[in-house]
Amino acid sequence: MTLLLNQLLNGLQIGSIYALIALGYTMVYGIVKLINFAHGDIIMVGAYAALILMTGLGAPFYAAIIGAMAVCVVCGVLIERVAYKPLRSSPRISSLITAIGVSYLLQNLAQLIFSPTPRPFPTVFQVKPLVVGELSISFVTILTLVVSVGLMVLLQFVVRRTKVGKAMRAVSEDTGAAQLMGISVDRTVSITFAIGCALAAIGAVLYCVAYPRVQPTMGSLPGLKAFIAAVLGGIGILPGAMLGGFIMGIAESLTKGYISSQLADAVVYGILIVVLIFKPAGLLGKKTREKV
Amino acid sequence: MLKVENLNVYYGAIHALHDISFHVDEGEIVTLIGANGAGKTSTLHTVSGLIRQKSGFISFMDKDLATVKPHKLIELGLAQVPEGRRVFAGMTVLENLEMGAYTRKNKNEIKRDMDMVFDHFPRLRERIKQPAGTLSGGEQQMLAMGRALMSKPKLLMLDEPSMGLSPILVNEIFAIIKEVNKQGTTILLVEQNANMALSIANRAYVLETGKVVMEGDARELLSNDAVRKAYLGS
Repeated sequence: MTLLLNQLLNGLQIGSIYALIALGYTMVYGIVKLINFAHGDIIMVGAYAALILMTGLGAPFYAAIIGAMAVCVVCGVLIERVAYKPLRSSPRISSLITAIGVSYLLQNLAQLIFSPTPRPFPTVFQVKPLVVGELSISFVTILTLVVSVGLMVLLQFVVRRTKVGKAMRAVSEDTGAAQLMGISVDRTVSITFAIGCALAAIGAVLYCVAYPRVQPTMGSLPGLKAFIAAVLGGIGILPGAMLGGFIMGIAESLTKGYISSQLADAVVYGILIVVLIFKPAGLLGKKTREKV
Repeated sequence: MLKVENLNVYYGAIHALHDISFHVDEGEIVTLIGANGAGKTSTLHTVSGLIRQKSGFISFMDKDLATVKPHKLIELGLAQVPEGRRVFAGMTVLENLEMGAYTRKNKNEIKRDMDMVFDHFPRLRERIKQPAGTLSGGEQQMLAMGRALMSKPKLLMLDEPSMGLSPILVNEIFAIIKEVNKQGTTILLVEQNANMALSIANRAYVLETGKVVMEGDARELLSNDAVRKAYLGS
């Protein structure tokens, strides 16, 4: 029972990080129909930014988070402007390939600047775990869950209730009609990338607190898993990304606890395959018929 | 108010609009009629900047539109109800109307204009919380018009508002267009339903394969034999 609860908690922790990153994939897809494969590497950018701020400049943890967010937002918006915007009216495959290119560019730039050697992320919290009966819950787990869930609620509020959020939904539903309303598509796309990257930066820092190793390729795996989470839940749908993230995290940690750590990824991908066979649009995805 | 002079538009090598010229004066209802493919929608899209002309001149309230970005037109007072309505299907009726007022700041005026829209279209008020995608075709047309009116336009351009609607609804929609015009909004109406369009318009231009082939007083065109034969089916 304790093992189960522990694994569930671990799953929720890593799952909420996947969910934060998955939101960036799904928001960008919803607006510009682009799978931004460079989004995973934004995690790496955020991790290095936080690392340098904390170890190099001695900044406190919360300042490092804000700094990492700023760096990731600038980086993401810049990537969109330089690499994706000129291709917005080209066939989708062009921007997809460009996204893969940007991903490699970021990884290799990081190797050039920081060298491929992994660096340790400083220990931030020396708080004793919360003990409930036989169960001990680490502070990081609680922090990660609270922050992630808080951000998801905030994001839902922004998208549902604010003018910016409504404009984002309008552009995602019909770009041309949104333009007729006076909504600037360029600005809305930039805002979308900015929000996605800010969430990824927070996800990156939380990831580093849990797995304290920073290296140039560190974004690939969580990026890929978050992408799968977005697809699993139904790409373009925000609650889908959250659901997908939690399912992935829990499936992964239960497999690690009960079957074998080596099988964890296989199980996760297996779930994706099964879901896509029965619900090709993802768990929360609506069936869309192609208009004839 | 709106002046279009010698407009030439190409789609690749295809010469879609030949030397189109027309103008809309303040307070008028002007209609562009013509068969499918005559260039009516292309003309509207060029005015709204979604397509750019190869040559020719478009001005609105004496401002050259050549360099104005499409999303800036609404601030100049030029709103469009696009062909096929294109309401935001996943957003509620209320949110659609709010998007229509996207560029406006004064909350009281927005509120007042929303009440005006609901006076024109009482059925929208009943469906205020409903996603636009669940409305009937006629209701979506009303929403698209209401949404455009929420920007408080000086000139409202309507692209095929009768498309896919039953005759009763078409009558209703056209009565509202007339009413909106009476309250001070100038109308540019693009229609295949020439009969209906001519019956409410002041002036009309007849388009054929990308050229203006006839123009004049709407009532005169309605009784013109050539027009009757070609577009009114009698």
